Amino acid sequence: MIQIEKVNKWYGSYQALVNVTESVAKGEVVVVCGPSGSGKSTLIRTLNRLEPIQSGRIVIDGVDAYGPHVKLNAFRSHIGFVFQQFNLFPHITVLENCTLAPTRLRGLKPSEARDEALTLLARVGLAAKARAYPGELSGGQQQRVAIARALAMRPPLMLFDEPTSALDPEMVGEVLLVMRDLARDGMTMVCVTHEMGFARDVADRVLFMDEGKVLERAVPSEFFARPEHPRLRQFLSDIRTPFAEAA
Amino acid sequence: MIELIDTYWLYFLVGQYPHGPLGGLALTLILAVLGLLFAFPLGLVFGIARVSPWRSVRWPVTALIQVVRGTPLLMVVFWAYFFLPSLTGQNTDQFWTMLTALVVFDAAYLAEIIRAGIQGIGKGQTESARSLGFSYLDAMRLVILPQVVRNMLPSLVNQFVATIKETSLGYIIGLTEVSFIATQINTQVLTRPAEVYLLLGLTYFILCFGLSRLAFWLERHLQQRTMAKAHA
Ligand SMILES: Nc1ncnc2c1ncn2[C@@H]1O[C@H](COP(=O)(O)OP(=O)(O)O)[C@@H](O)[C@H]1O
Ligand SMILES: [Mg+2]
Repeated sequence: MIQIEKVNKWYGSYQALVNVTESVAKGEVVVVCGPSGSGKSTLIRTLNRLEPIQSGRIVIDGVDAYGPHVKLNAFRSHIGFVFQQFNLFPHITVLENCTLAPTRLRGLKPSEARDEALTLLARVGLAAKARAYPGELSGGQQQRVAIARALAMRPPLMLFDEPTSALDPEMVGEVLLVMRDLARDGMTMVCVTHEMGFARDVADRVLFMDEGKVLERAVPSEFFARPEHPRLRQFLSDIRTPFAEAA
Repeated sequence: MIELIDTYWLYFLVGQYPHGPLGGLALTLILAVLGLLFAFPLGLVFGIARVSPWRSVRWPVTALIQVVRGTPLLMVVFWAYFFLPSLTGQNTDQFWTMLTALVVFDAAYLAEIIRAGIQGIGKGQTESARSLGFSYLDAMRLVILPQVVRNMLPSLVNQFVATIKETSLGYIIGLTEVSFIATQINTQVLTRPAEVYLLLGLTYFILCFGLSRLAFWLERHLQQRTMAKAHA
């Protein structure tokens, strides 16, 4: 589904991705973790070309993302992207958020788009909020709508960039539940997250990034039980005891 | 003062109409409304061009806007008055001259309001629209601009106030808007300039103050709505 080959990316003179080579199979759920500033967002954003790369190759579903003939908008519409800050459109209702792209880009009739959107909203537990505006929802609800909005384009691949990091702790669970449900349904997913419980239970593979490199990749049981790289050991002990440094 | 109003109120409001061209306060308002109405779409296009990722679009429009904004309206009126006929090959009457000047001038100011509005919308909005598969222009049209226009409603009313005041410069080219009419009345009465111009001033003030209050109310109303949403 995804092949990443020797990708390098610079922001000016700062190299944010160093020779990254990875692949993700269809139906696989991959969790990416690592300290802040390690390049996780950068990596996931290069997958749908929100960030350009300077060298290397990314092939998604057989399409060379940076190839000369790629139709960028069509390419992106096949990749669902969920942001840390939700980024719902605040001037239209929840339902309209979920029908805007399908009617304009998939050519659905308004009634079809509406039915599909309501089904998706029901799936994320928010059918009752279809007529509300995003600003009237809690963070957790907004993020679930954002997932439904992305799903409305029927993408075969979903990318998540720290989808629960901007949420109050009591709302993290409801969003993870939706993601878990998606994974169970066979969706191919790449999730940047620090929710290690989610990684352990749902991921097929976990990647650890630091300073623009993928330092370790393993199935969750291996990843947590036998971390090899010292940076990963440090990282895992840091997130298990978040106040250790301060103490 | 009362007899002044009693004698000249109709002339003040509509000029010589229906025996001559429409003038007075009616002309002032029509000019201001049409000026803003035509300036708005132009300002929208200019504002979008101002933040365009394509340099060949951004630069010429930026230059044009800077030139217009760095020029007094009076100069724009003169340009329109002397330049437009040589450009189109026929004489333009005062109304169209003034309207052209107002539209160009206001469009430049509106463009800057719209540019600021676009830049004030977080880049997450564009990114999420683009990642759904919308083109740059669709993201602008469907996601960014509706939010910008809603946010700029108070600025639009304020711009209308400015435009109303700007129409008084039509006086220079003999346009029979309300200031011109007031001067005519003054010439006829001869003895009471203070009262005539007090009435003219009051007319502008009531109109503009009322609209400013409306802008203020709109601003508070929109603010409260966003606050209510944020706390919901
Ligand atoms: N637009 C940008 N311009 C310059 N530097 C950036 C930009 N975005 C990210 N960076 C830098 O790239 C590095 C990786 O950032 P990011 O991918 O956001 O990390 P993460 O998501 O793992 O926290 C950081 O050092 C960050 O400062
Ligand atoms: Mg990040």
